[in-house]
Amino acid sequence: MSEPLGEVDLRSLDPPYDHPAYRSTTLRAPSRPLLRLAPDLTDPSGPVFGERTVGPADHDLTRQHPAEPLGERIIVAGRLLDTEGRPITGQLIELWQANAAGRYAHRTDDHPAPLDPNFTGHGRCLTDGEGRYTFITIRPGEYPWGNHPNAWRPAHIHLSVFGRAFTDRLVTQMYFPGDPLLPIDPIFNSVADPAGRERLLAQLDMTLTEPAWALGYRFDIVVGGRAPTPFEGMEHRR
Amino acid sequence: MSLPPTPQQTAGPYISLGLAPLSRPELVPEGAVGALVIRGRVLDGAGAGVPDGAVEIWQRPPAGTAAADWPGFGRCLTDPEGEFWFRTARPVAGSGDAPHLELLVFARGLTRPVRTRLYLPDEAEANAADTVLAGVPEDRRPTLVARAVGGQLLFDVRLQGDGETVFFG
Repeated sequence: MSEPLGEVDLRSLDPPYDHPAYRSTTLRAPSRPLLRLAPDLTDPSGPVFGERTVGPADHDLTRQHPAEPLGERIIVAGRLLDTEGRPITGQLIELWQANAAGRYAHRTDDHPAPLDPNFTGHGRCLTDGEGRYTFITIRPGEYPWGNHPNAWRPAHIHLSVFGRAFTDRLVTQMYFPGDPLLPIDPIFNSVADPAGRERLLAQLDMTLTEPAWALGYRFDIVVGGRAPTPFEGMEHRR
Repeated sequence: MSLPPTPQQTAGPYISLGLAPLSRPELVPEGAVGALVIRGRVLDGAGAGVPDGAVEIWQRPPAGTAAADWPGFGRCLTDPEGEFWFRTARPVAGSGDAPHLELLVFARGLTRPVRTRLYLPDEAEANAADTVLAGVPEDRRPTLVARAVGGQLLFDVRLQGDGETVFFG
């Protein structure tokens, strides 16, 4: 009655599930091929986020406590775009990160570096009418992890992103240009294509930088384009 | 112009720090007529619960609900046993589709989310006519259909190995 679903050819920029250098994939990577789901009219569209989803100061991680956190204050900003370069407006971006000493305010992080009572390390914002977002935070520290002997993560910020459709959903990590730990990080290098890794690097941007206050890093985020191209004339539910 | 999409990166072990503030397992209030309560565990290849994950369900607005009044997605962080739960409206069927929910799972050790579908056990006729289910090898179809137990739906997500859930790309 129906054709068997084809298997997905994982040639996108996304990392493969099975990436032995990142040890936690060993028991968690699916062992069977993904089955191909054609984009169809029933794919749920992106959630509608209201103004109440985020608080007015949720994008500023330096103002969530009575005093400012320790570390180098930075501005992280960019645009949320689709693969045609069109801005995606009113969508949610969530962020989390370690403090300046490389410690997460999380019960399972046992790295013996100090917690900062003035830094929790999570925030969120909605993209504006031109797809722009801005966070104010501190530059996170590098930290050791148990993946292999003497393993250290490069400085990074986790970002969770919604787009126009279910298939746009993205969770990624933003890195800093020139970090000497990047070439030896199994997670950054789970993306095999150098062009893909390039997209994970923020760029120092002096137009975002606030003189005598904080360096600005630009990180544009592009979602979509993972699904196979629909037939000409087939209308997307967008 | 065509821009390459930003690659996925694992959500890592501290996922709850970022995603718990907007956790919302309840898409409809307790006592809502026809609401479904879904419970399950995310399990690894050794059968152990995945305690540092997040499950999201996505569904279109139920009949009679405007898009602006519908949260669109639910999110539950897994607990120390890998368990998650949701209370939501019964999904509506689309054209050629049996009623189902879309699920995404994020976790440490997943370099990118896995995507699956939850079908309803009391829709045998619609499920039999569903083109996606029909395209899945028969022996793996049961991984996509929740089980009804005590008025709730049970749906485990097995990331790897025996009984591995069918994932889509």
